[in-house]
Amino acid sequence: MSVHDLRGPVDPRVDRFFDLPPVDVRELKVARSVGQRLWDQSVVRKTVILLLLVVAWEVVARVQNNPLMLPSAMETASALWHGLASGVLLARVSASLSVLLKGFALGAFLALALTTLAVSTRIGRDLLTTLTSMFSPLPAIALLPLALLWFGLGEASLIFVLVHSVLWAMAINIHAGFQGVSETLRMAGRNYGLKGLRYVAFILIPAALPALLAGLKIGWAFAWRTLIAAELVFGASSGKGGLGWYIFQNRNELYTDNVFAGLVVVIVIGLLVENIIFDSVERLTVKRWGMVR
Amino acid sequence: MSIALRKRHVLGEASLDRGAYSPTNTSSAPATPRLAVDNVTLEYRTRQHVVKATQQVSFNVQEGDRFVLLGPSGCGKSTLLKAIAGFLTPAEGSIRLDGNTIHGPGPDRIVVFQEFDQLPPWKTVKQNVMFPLVASRTLGRKAAEQRALKTLEKVGLGRFADAYPHTLSGGMKQRVAIARALAMRPRVLLMDEPFAALDALTRRKMQEELLALWEQEGFTLLFVTHSIEEAQIIGNRVLLLSPHPGRVRAELGCAEDSLHSLGSEATKARTQTIHRLLFENEVAP
Repeated sequence: MSVHDLRGPVDPRVDRFFDLPPVDVRELKVARSVGQRLWDQSVVRKTVILLLLVVAWEVVARVQNNPLMLPSAMETASALWHGLASGVLLARVSASLSVLLKGFALGAFLALALTTLAVSTRIGRDLLTTLTSMFSPLPAIALLPLALLWFGLGEASLIFVLVHSVLWAMAINIHAGFQGVSETLRMAGRNYGLKGLRYVAFILIPAALPALLAGLKIGWAFAWRTLIAAELVFGASSGKGGLGWYIFQNRNELYTDNVFAGLVVVIVIGLLVENIIFDSVERLTVKRWGMVR
Repeated sequence: MSIALRKRHVLGEASLDRGAYSPTNTSSAPATPRLAVDNVTLEYRTRQHVVKATQQVSFNVQEGDRFVLLGPSGCGKSTLLKAIAGFLTPAEGSIRLDGNTIHGPGPDRIVVFQEFDQLPPWKTVKQNVMFPLVASRTLGRKAAEQRALKTLEKVGLGRFADAYPHTLSGGMKQRVAIARALAMRPRVLLMDEPFAALDALTRRKMQEELLALWEQEGFTLLFVTHSIEEAQIIGNRVLLLSPHPGRVRAELGCAEDSLHSLGSEATKARTQTIHRLLFENEVAP
């Protein structure tokens, strides 16, 4: 008898059979506690983090006890309240946001156009990769003196540096997203006769939407930073300064609590855009489609 | 002269009755085949080499056929299917659909791929089935929606019309892909190992369903597989391709083999024949 005889020695175990009684449905699903479900909400967790940070700030400020250097959270809140109530802060915010949105939209559009060109032709791809590697490392602020020379003191200069800061970062992201679209999906699209712009619009853009959104987020952050910094450097034109100008002006006059109020507004707008606008867009699109968890 | 005239006549007829299967021209002279692959050599390029995938492959698929390309992995059968779909241009030879040489991909040859990500995740099941109808401008949105729902009923997914693909199982995703292809009523339906990524039980069920759909709809099918059993179950004709480079080893009829005849002597004998034809040149271990 060979060692590998499949029958082997007699198996002493007996066959087993069970009758399965019905299961109580209530045992299958047990409700979780209210606390656990609350903690599942990222809003709750994030609010707790924010509150902790504010408390830490307040404690440090009180220990320091030097409102000129570090105003406390309470003092900042009251400066913020006064700024909002007088309408000055809101005017500054709307001035900043209107420039920001123009620059951001133009930059995003150019990034999409450039990447569409890049996926359509080989020379377009080379153009994109060359331009991004040239200009992406160039700080937008470094271009500001040049922009002032070309476009003068005004919105046009700001929009120019904004487009520069948004465009390259977004183009890199969108292009990476386009390249990551699966070969099968591409072939399916071409199979149905999609070509050119329709192919980009119906296959590539939706399929690359996670990367596109990531690009928009990065672009948004870059635009904010660049704008505030640019306003700090060249200030206001014709009395219509933005938030950066507000911060700069108040620092000159040593209203440190107002400086902090301006910074808090920058932060709050960032938080709102990220957590309300971008989160909703993601929830309605890529998360719903199972492309991102 | 008269032959040329008759051919043109048949061609005109074929283009009128899109998709419907009627077993005509069985007794008279053979009509233009639905799909003619003529001496096709396919090559693909790597950085250093030009690699030959298939060499001078010829076969004809008639209307209503369930034609199977069978061969070991690396024999170029998927490459051949991609060429028929129009994604590759033959280095030599020609591929003709209803007598017209193929230039590029088109909605008259819909492909069902093996990969589950062939379904755009941003479209619901219904929108996925409508997608090629609308994208190729075959139907308007309303008509496309109606046909999509009807086709989804046929593959048993009527209840899932508004679900997103990521919520479906692998078998259901492939059913959506099949429904999407059938809704287009293509001249030939191309399937590239569509069930290979499924578990064995689901695969068996999908084979049964595909055959049932063929009974109902009578489409023309070109099916790629590396499983001898699947080839026999699905196909009425099987083309055997040799390993690298793919050349035609044989073309067999296997219409008698089915899911129910798997144990029968005739089917087993054919399995043996196919096995021998595919593997006789290999060195025994």
